[in-house]
Amino acid sequence: MEIIMSVLAGILFATGVYNLLQKQLLRIVIGTALISHGAHLFILTMGKLKTGAPPILVKGVEQYTDPLPQALILTSIVISFGVTSLLLVLAYRAATLNKTDNMEELRGSEDE
Amino acid sequence: MIYAVFAPLVMTLLIPFFNKWKDKIHTGWFLLPIPLFIFLYFVQFIGEGFSPVAESYQWIPSLNISIDFYLDGLSLLFVLLISGIGTLVLLYSIYYLHKSERLGHFYIYLFIFMSSMLGVVLSDNVYVLYTFWEFTSISSFLLIGFWHYRERSRYGALKSMLITVFGGLSLFAGIVTLTYITGTTSIQEMINQKDIIIDSPLFPLILIFIILGAFTKSAQFPFHIWLPDAMEAPTPVSAYLHSATMVKAGIFLIARFSPILAGEPMFFIIVSLFGIITLCWGSYMAVRQTDLKGILAFSTISQLGMIMAMLGFGTKAAIFAAVFHILNHATFKGSLFMIAGIVDHETGSRDIRKLGGLMTFMPISATLALFGVFSMAGFPLPFLNGFYSKEMFFEASLHLDGYGGQFIPFFQQAIPYLAVFGSIFTFVYSMYFFFGTFRGEAKMGELPKKPHEAPIGMLISPFILVLGVILIGLFPNLVNGTFIAHSAEAIYGSAVEKDIYFWHGLTYPPLIMSIIVVVLGTLLALTRQKWAGIYTIFPRNLSFNEVYNYIVDKTETASTKITNKYMTGSLRHYVLYILIAILVVSGVVFFLTNGFAIDTSGLSTLKLSDVPDILVGLTMAIAAIGTIFTNNRLSAIIILGVVGYGLAILFVIYRAPDLALTQLIVETVTVAIFLLCFYHLPDLKKIKEKPSITLTNSIISIGFGALMTIIAISAHSSKWFEPISNYFLETSKPLGGGYNVVNVILVDMRGLDTLFEITVLGIAALAIYGMIKLRRDKEAK
Repeated sequence: MEIIMSVLAGILFATGVYNLLQKQLLRIVIGTALISHGAHLFILTMGKLKTGAPPILVKGVEQYTDPLPQALILTSIVISFGVTSLLLVLAYRAATLNKTDNMEELRGSEDE
Repeated sequence: MIYAVFAPLVMTLLIPFFNKWKDKIHTGWFLLPIPLFIFLYFVQFIGEGFSPVAESYQWIPSLNISIDFYLDGLSLLFVLLISGIGTLVLLYSIYYLHKSERLGHFYIYLFIFMSSMLGVVLSDNVYVLYTFWEFTSISSFLLIGFWHYRERSRYGALKSMLITVFGGLSLFAGIVTLTYITGTTSIQEMINQKDIIIDSPLFPLILIFIILGAFTKSAQFPFHIWLPDAMEAPTPVSAYLHSATMVKAGIFLIARFSPILAGEPMFFIIVSLFGIITLCWGSYMAVRQTDLKGILAFSTISQLGMIMAMLGFGTKAAIFAAVFHILNHATFKGSLFMIAGIVDHETGSRDIRKLGGLMTFMPISATLALFGVFSMAGFPLPFLNGFYSKEMFFEASLHLDGYGGQFIPFFQQAIPYLAVFGSIFTFVYSMYFFFGTFRGEAKMGELPKKPHEAPIGMLISPFILVLGVILIGLFPNLVNGTFIAHSAEAIYGSAVEKDIYFWHGLTYPPLIMSIIVVVLGTLLALTRQKWAGIYTIFPRNLSFNEVYNYIVDKTETASTKITNKYMTGSLRHYVLYILIAILVVSGVVFFLTNGFAIDTSGLSTLKLSDVPDILVGLTMAIAAIGTIFTNNRLSAIIILGVVGYGLAILFVIYRAPDLALTQLIVETVTVAIFLLCFYHLPDLKKIKEKPSITLTNSIISIGFGALMTIIAISAHSSKWFEPISNYFLETSKPLGGGYNVVNVILVDMRGLDTLFEITVLGIAALAIYGMIKLRRDKEAK
């Protein structure tokens, strides 16, 4: 199972990176979102899958899944959400100000 | 001694105050006593029974760097030159520089230079020597660029700075290597460890480094090019720095390290070969110049080459002659520079083509120049010191032995001929300098000012120097026993006794060489107009200035080109560099350390109940790939949503309820924001890419995905120790007081993470608010 999930994470990374290399701003933001999904899946897979009950203590249950990766992912989800929203607004501002969302046209001036 | 060295430096602090009264009294008068006192202080050391004096002061004891002063014969000669000529130049500058000039700046730079030059010649500690050495470069840079509003001044200052600092850094490399080998920072102790240094495999490096430092400073071929351009400095500076003192710092360095380096065939070849080349090239090129100071600059180059060559010879006679010529050159060249300055000052021009016939207007200057010029030419008269050193140079060039090898004997035979060749041209430019300026027809119409004799104050300094020329010429043995012999001894290592005579008899070979020089030189000087065309054939435009300009120009354009090549401004390129670096570095490390390993034992086995997760995973994979191919922005966002919700379902399946909850909410909000934004963004049109670009993108992204998969699988297959999660599970209730372990971790056990994650959200919110609300451009209206 972990191998399948690893491959899925790999696919998410690959498509994310491919989007990141495109020219439209929106695609780049989509790429970052895909990469963060991939990273979350990656972390979850690293903590082993399906080894017990959800990490909510119940009397009588001995085996729980690993709670630490979940805590890490939770933090990461929130942060990537913040970053993604910021990126989106930035993309919106950049596109409206410069009248283009093509990254090749958003290169800055020569003398910078 | 330390007071003498640092007195000018301390004085620079007071110069701004003196400078306030410069309208009433020229600033220079306040400063004149300083170099004079230093001179008088060092004069007391002169004498037959001189023995070296050492002083030591702590500076950085932990690095073995202390301010050690060591006054031996060599240092004494140089400190007397520096302070003596310094006094004269200061006096001269009082009359030369008008009160409207920035006198404060001038004297501050000059005094920094004086201090650092005294420091260079007195330091025994190599690092202190290096410090002072660079200070001379910096103050020389400031002095050359004194009239900074002139483009030529700035060019000359930059050029001298680049070349001398290049040499200075090379010297630094040399002394670091020397300290590394010997374990000491004192020059005298290094001399005691001579054998260790010579036997070291690093010896050739040290030799090259030190010689490079000396050659750049002393304007040796091919680093001589900065000196003619340094003539943009005010004339007192040219007289002081670029004839008598700073350009001799390289000579001093070679002399100082001679006890270690001399005697090696490599040292002999490099130093004397380049010295002789410099002598010939400098004197040859000097005849071509039209600027008075240009002639003197090339003349200085050639005379420095002559001294350097003699140091390279390394025989007793040669070293004695070198030391003697250092003194002689300082006297006559200093006076000639001052006279060139007087001519410039009183006629308004330094161009020898416009000058001529000034003898009747400026009889005193002309007389002084006459002595200086004939001394420089080495004319055989018993009251000119230049002749003695020239004759000793010829004698030294004839008696070279002690080295074997294939090339050396041939070279040794060629040296006397080259020496005579260089001397003939020395004679020619000397005559050209004098007769071109003071004899011939007066061209009154072409001069900006009506020429007249200089004020008496301006003539004092060259007069004293010319007096020196004559006194040394008449009584050479006066300076011989008292300090020339001590200097030569410091360089050679053992006592050098030599008496200087004017007359050795008719059959004395150096005399014959001198006569050849005078005869041929006179002939060439008289027929100069006829053969001057040779300069259009050789060197034509082929000069080392071109090389320098080419290098400076190319370093700028080439680095710009390289930077423009990879700093394209395209985000895609930068992302590509990062990804390729990740791929290559991790891939290679992975391969080298044999990191890929699959161990299936720890994995959960595939069961029928796993079908739902596989289906979800499949959907996600298809959706993720779909984002690439869709051209509709709405569908791109929806498909992205599919991936997010799929991940939430996976979280459900893999027993992570909190994650699933958060992921669902976050995904919903994100999709909402995406939809809000996309309404304002331009349509997601398909941009036609070149196939090659699509191919690179695919390869890179597939490679990156594959790398992550491999890392995930390999990491999974190698478990080194048990996770610490059992601790969290066990102590969640007793210590944290909660049943939901994930939440206890978030707010209790690792609460700090949560605090800053909240901060991140807050900052993001503020930034978004700012971006939307704050408009500084026209849009705001």
